[in-house]
Amino acid sequence: MSHLLRRQGWVAGLFALLIILFIITKLIQPGYGSSDFGSLARAVLPYAFAVAAQTVVVIAGGIDLSVAAMMALTSVTAASMMNGASEEYALFVVPFVLAMGFVLGAVNGILIVVTRVPDIVVTLATLFVLQGAALLVLDAPGGAVAEWLKGLISGTVPIPGLPDAIDAWLPKALLVLVICLCVIWIPLRRSKLGLSIYAIGSSELAAFRSGVPVARTRIIAYALSGLFAAFGGLALTMSTGIGAPIPGPYLLASVAAVVLGGVALGGGKGGLLGPIVAVFVLRLVRTDLTLLAIDPNVTAIIEGAIMVAVVMFGAFITMRGRQ
Amino acid sequence: MSTTAITPVPFGRRVKRFMADRPLIPLIILLVILVVILQILRPGIVNERWIANTIKFAIPLAILAGCQTMTMLTGGIDLSVGTVATMSAFIMATQVVNQDPAVAFLLAMMPAVLIGLVNGIGVGVFRVHPLIMTLGTSLIGTGCLQVYQRTVIASGAKIPDFLAWLGTGVTYGFPNALLLFVPLAALIVFTLSRTGFGRLLYAVGDNERATRLSGVQYWQVITALYVISSVLAGITGLLYIGLIKAPSLSLAEPLVLPSVAAAVIGGTSIFGGRGGYTGTIIGALILTVLTTLLTILQMPEGARRILFGLIVLFVTAAYLRIVEER
Repeated sequence: MSHLLRRQGWVAGLFALLIILFIITKLIQPGYGSSDFGSLARAVLPYAFAVAAQTVVVIAGGIDLSVAAMMALTSVTAASMMNGASEEYALFVVPFVLAMGFVLGAVNGILIVVTRVPDIVVTLATLFVLQGAALLVLDAPGGAVAEWLKGLISGTVPIPGLPDAIDAWLPKALLVLVICLCVIWIPLRRSKLGLSIYAIGSSELAAFRSGVPVARTRIIAYALSGLFAAFGGLALTMSTGIGAPIPGPYLLASVAAVVLGGVALGGGKGGLLGPIVAVFVLRLVRTDLTLLAIDPNVTAIIEGAIMVAVVMFGAFITMRGRQ
Repeated sequence: MSTTAITPVPFGRRVKRFMADRPLIPLIILLVILVVILQILRPGIVNERWIANTIKFAIPLAILAGCQTMTMLTGGIDLSVGTVATMSAFIMATQVVNQDPAVAFLLAMMPAVLIGLVNGIGVGVFRVHPLIMTLGTSLIGTGCLQVYQRTVIASGAKIPDFLAWLGTGVTYGFPNALLLFVPLAALIVFTLSRTGFGRLLYAVGDNERATRLSGVQYWQVITALYVISSVLAGITGLLYIGLIKAPSLSLAEPLVLPSVAAAVIGGTSIFGGRGGYTGTIIGALILTVLTTLLTILQMPEGARRILFGLIVLFVTAAYLRIVEER
């Protein structure tokens, strides 16, 4: 019980931090309004999916280094398939790319289970492979995206009966994020499979002895990670309108947000809400730095330093917990 | 009369055991096979000039792979070597315009020491996974380099004659870079096999707990290791800029993945405690020849990366099989 309280307390603390950051933002830039919030939600989208991908695997007691490369591959695949194609064709592209992410993620899991090579080495190898594959699909940023997909994350959600002032604070990107995550996460969390994922992360041996199919659960965890990464890749393509074969800084960001979100790197603990709030916190810090008119390159340095510090802190906590 | 004592060992297992005991011999055979394939594909390509050229390009890779070998012996990895090498090279090339070469050299090595120190403290004291830690510092380093680039954009850059001579020059058919590499490689091999520090690296990688219980200060060993690794990467950057002669912000980045692959091919276990530098050197030569081969076959960069990834995976899996059967 106290454990549950502590975990919820962590997420509540993050929410408080987020609100404080919003207030600071408003102080720095009194004009900060709904449209800025919309662009924040759009910027968060790919990061949030990357973090979701990492969270599932970390809860299952592993780590996925190929998240960013998977996003790059799915992004360029989507962008190059939609290039010059009709709007309706995109209806086929989206499920295809998602299925591709799922299958490639499952391949990660199968390689880990079959070869018995540690996850960190296998996903490092698939990071190389997926990066190479992304370069084979598109060797330079390019491609295109269907207009309706772009429209899916720009603008706000019109809800009848609500005044425009509140309406403006509901960007479509946020809605897309919430729907995509909830549709997958909530049923998973309530199912036996979700419980198994937590079980193998908490103690693989205990899970095995209680009859949890460890190998199958691990493969599914990695497949879900691939699926979320594919969502992230699509989000990248939707927000930029093109596909870029060079992976962005999503790997480190995802690990940092997972740690900040209260998910133990050892596995078996935490939920999805914490890391997602953590992403908003990290992005909002960046917004504030930009609003303070700090050189974008310096912003990148500060952001990197924050992420490294967070990861160091998380590792320190894990070490303390073990002793 | 005991004929039963001589039980025939299956051929497959005998080959495996042979590979496990003498990892260098199959590596050299592989290298020779690759060179022969190259000669068949492009008759006459293998001559004195080609060999000198191959060695020239293999040396920076071999030094970076040395960083990976040493960190991998402790169960770590150093992904910041590409950024560190690029930083040293870029700072050297831009500072030497206005400064004395010796001062420029010191300035160029400063970020290397600093990044190594941060890596070492993060891994040794805070116990962050080396992969995440070095990835993080390399991101920060790249950011710093971009800021630095703005401040020197007006002054331009030049390659010091000495580095160009060292990087590209050939004397009596031998690349001048060997002057740097041979003592350096000898020093690494000597350190790993004959000194207390080298033994400690193997010990930490083999059984960290036991090492700590026998009184070794883990964080000191790890911090020293990552500083050494970074300094080696910085030196590689200086050598590489003499070879490539075009300072850019992504100069040594393409060498990072091959450096990991070279160490893995060379028989160093990514889990720590097993391996050595001689294998890594041959691994670097194999990869350089393989790159030439892929270029001749007109394979794109993407295919090359896929191949490197598969090599790391298969070699590690095969290594696990061999160890488990013993």
